[in-house]
Amino acid sequence: MSREGRMDTVDLGMPAVRPQHASPSSHLRGTRGFPAAARDALGDEVLRGNLTYATATIQAKRASVVREMRDWQKLRDAGSALKWHVTDHLPELLEQLEASVTAAGGTVHWARDAEEAGEIVTRLTLERGAQDVLKVKSMATQEIGLNETLAHAGVRVIESDLAELIVQLAGDAPSHILVPAIHRNRAQIREIFLQAMPDIDPEITDDPAALAGAARRFLRERFLDMEQSVAISGANFAVADTGTLVVVESEGNGRMCLTLPRTLISVVGIEKIVPSFQDLEVFLQLLPRSSTGERMNPYTTLFTGVAEGDGPQEFHLVLLDNGRSAVLEDPEGRSALHCIRCSACLNVCPVYQRTGGHAYGSTYPGPIGAILSPQMTGVSDPEDPNATLPYASSLCGACYDVCPVKIDIPSILVHLRAKEVDQRREARGQFRGTWDVAMKGAGRLMSSPRAYDAAVRSAGPLSRVLPGENIGRLPGVLPLVPGWTDHRDLPHPGQSFRSWWAAREKHSAATDQQPGARDEPEQPKAPRSGSGTDRTAQNGGEA
Amino acid sequence: MSTWDDRRPARTPGMSAKEEILARVRTALAAPRRDDVTTYADVPRAYQRADDKQETGTDPGKVRDVLVQRLEDYTTVVHRTTEPAAAAAIAQALDGAGSVVVPRGIPGEWTQGLDAQLLTDDGTLSAHQLDEVDAVLTGCHTAIALTGTLVLRGDELCGRRAITLVPDRHVVVVRAEQVVLGVPKGIERMGEDPGAPWTMISGPSATSDIELDRVEGVHGPRRLEVVLIEPEQPAGDEPSTKEKQG
Repeated sequence: MSREGRMDTVDLGMPAVRPQHASPSSHLRGTRGFPAAARDALGDEVLRGNLTYATATIQAKRASVVREMRDWQKLRDAGSALKWHVTDHLPELLEQLEASVTAAGGTVHWARDAEEAGEIVTRLTLERGAQDVLKVKSMATQEIGLNETLAHAGVRVIESDLAELIVQLAGDAPSHILVPAIHRNRAQIREIFLQAMPDIDPEITDDPAALAGAARRFLRERFLDMEQSVAISGANFAVADTGTLVVVESEGNGRMCLTLPRTLISVVGIEKIVPSFQDLEVFLQLLPRSSTGERMNPYTTLFTGVAEGDGPQEFHLVLLDNGRSAVLEDPEGRSALHCIRCSACLNVCPVYQRTGGHAYGSTYPGPIGAILSPQMTGVSDPEDPNATLPYASSLCGACYDVCPVKIDIPSILVHLRAKEVDQRREARGQFRGTWDVAMKGAGRLMSSPRAYDAAVRSAGPLSRVLPGENIGRLPGVLPLVPGWTDHRDLPHPGQSFRSWWAAREKHSAATDQQPGARDEPEQPKAPRSGSGTDRTAQNGGEA
Repeated sequence: MSTWDDRRPARTPGMSAKEEILARVRTALAAPRRDDVTTYADVPRAYQRADDKQETGTDPGKVRDVLVQRLEDYTTVVHRTTEPAAAAAIAQALDGAGSVVVPRGIPGEWTQGLDAQLLTDDGTLSAHQLDEVDAVLTGCHTAIALTGTLVLRGDELCGRRAITLVPDRHVVVVRAEQVVLGVPKGIERMGEDPGAPWTMISGPSATSDIELDRVEGVHGPRRLEVVLIEPEQPAGDEPSTKEKQG
């Protein structure tokens, strides 16, 4: 119904405006593909230890608080439907949001891309004569590289979230949506603080409480001096019908930035909309439990425009596209924009648990990043590092199970892989890549029983000439297994199923008269399952 | 070498950013999705809403027990009291504080006999001045039992947001009629005045940013105490019931 409405608007004789991918300057793409970056990350023992501990801990906490909710699945259904509603009606809801924020005394700016958002924030900051601005951790501002843009204009940005402060003082990049400094342990953090905080006690221990205390003192002075200054935030939700922005946090730095300065600038992606105030009853239940594994996060601030005598007296909302419209363009992939950034999918992902966030090269790591980043940047070239992201998954589906808004990440990953393969084939012509040659060869082989039989029977004896227990890395020229053996050992094929079957038939014909003494010929090493009554399943396994 | 890194997003000349973003989105959404477009009425609301019978039918005393248990779960000190004993309980919660800031609208009885310098906020105290104050005493708009959440509205009873943020100790007085069971009922109450500044507090300020070790008291008040004023009842129902949440 409203689809026709949309068509009308498009067909008003305006030139067709195409959705655009994110600015290349955005922090959405690494310098190399996932496999190469992951290999380095896997070699970092501190990182792996921290990640294993962190992801397991948060996962367990999440599971226990989700278990107490009898209506969890129904909340997920509502959350998912609300997000679909927002996507389906985004233009109308955006205009409604603008109207309600404006009515409440705020000013709304629209930013097509990272550059435009950076320009708006920089201009607003400079016009107010601010030398320093305080920031609340925000994915959107990280994505558009706002700190760098402001630094370029001579404005110093102070990150107020503890983890972001650690990352900033170390000159590092965040590695997790929720706990960005997960790749640093306490000893490293102590070193970073000793280097960067001028008034720190040199005798400070690496006790987390002591380190957090040092950060509190370091930041508190800046918070208290903010009264004429500017703060920058993101938002978790923007309520269309009331113009209310919601910021969910734990430390209180968010409250400081949203309350104490004179001017507040919030940079918010256009997908963050929630239709009505009452709908917060869904998301404020889904988000904290999925994210930190708490029944509710310590602090949530809801503010609407400007409140006289309470908090900032000037409020600017910057609505950011930067590639989001391009994500919407693919009906199969657009639900990636439903993400509420809880990071539950990171913590359950067997790939993320081992590689950590940096290997993904983007502000958005983990399973959600693997579908969001390539869609936001677009993948125009097979050499694009983001072309590898849809493969950074075992497709186990755990991410879909935990997603509070039911984004079907595995299906989108498969869809993006298919797109990527099609694109590669188009770029290189039909049947040029080793993969296509292998597939074509295998197709020939498998269409002739005789040829297939000959091939598999010869595989066993042939492979015995290769040294070692397993077959290791094979030269890439062998077209049957391109790339496969780069990361996996291939066991020597023993007997082929067909020859095993033939031998079994012969054997059982000979021993049919004595059913008790059935002896299997050369058992393949199939894992034993159950009581052993299902012979076919057992034996057919791996021959 | 590759083409992937030099394509800048195009902008249409003569179009404002707003027009262009909306046009981009409309073009993008013109590609139909497989399922039906979701209208607001389609959203399934089978979860427990504000009118759920658990919300409306649970004994208020039990709901308060859940609240107390959840608050204590994150180490908040709870003083359960009754109207006549409220001032004494508040004084106990504020014990040791030399100066206390209060919003304009709190009942006078709350601070009767309080042995501390009382500052009634007139909106002029600066952040630095608030930093010198030992504690803040406020009322509350709504308390959500299942999540242990205290909801403050920027009004005469809860004060402007800065006064509950900068001082290091926060004492919140909760009245029985402000306690609800679940988040939907809480949001419904907040929705009566959605434009006000709202702060939802669930436990003291905390971080787990260093090796996931929970550290309490980062930027907000490091001590949170709750005075719960309950109706006078003959029974001494002190222990919290093991209410299973839904």
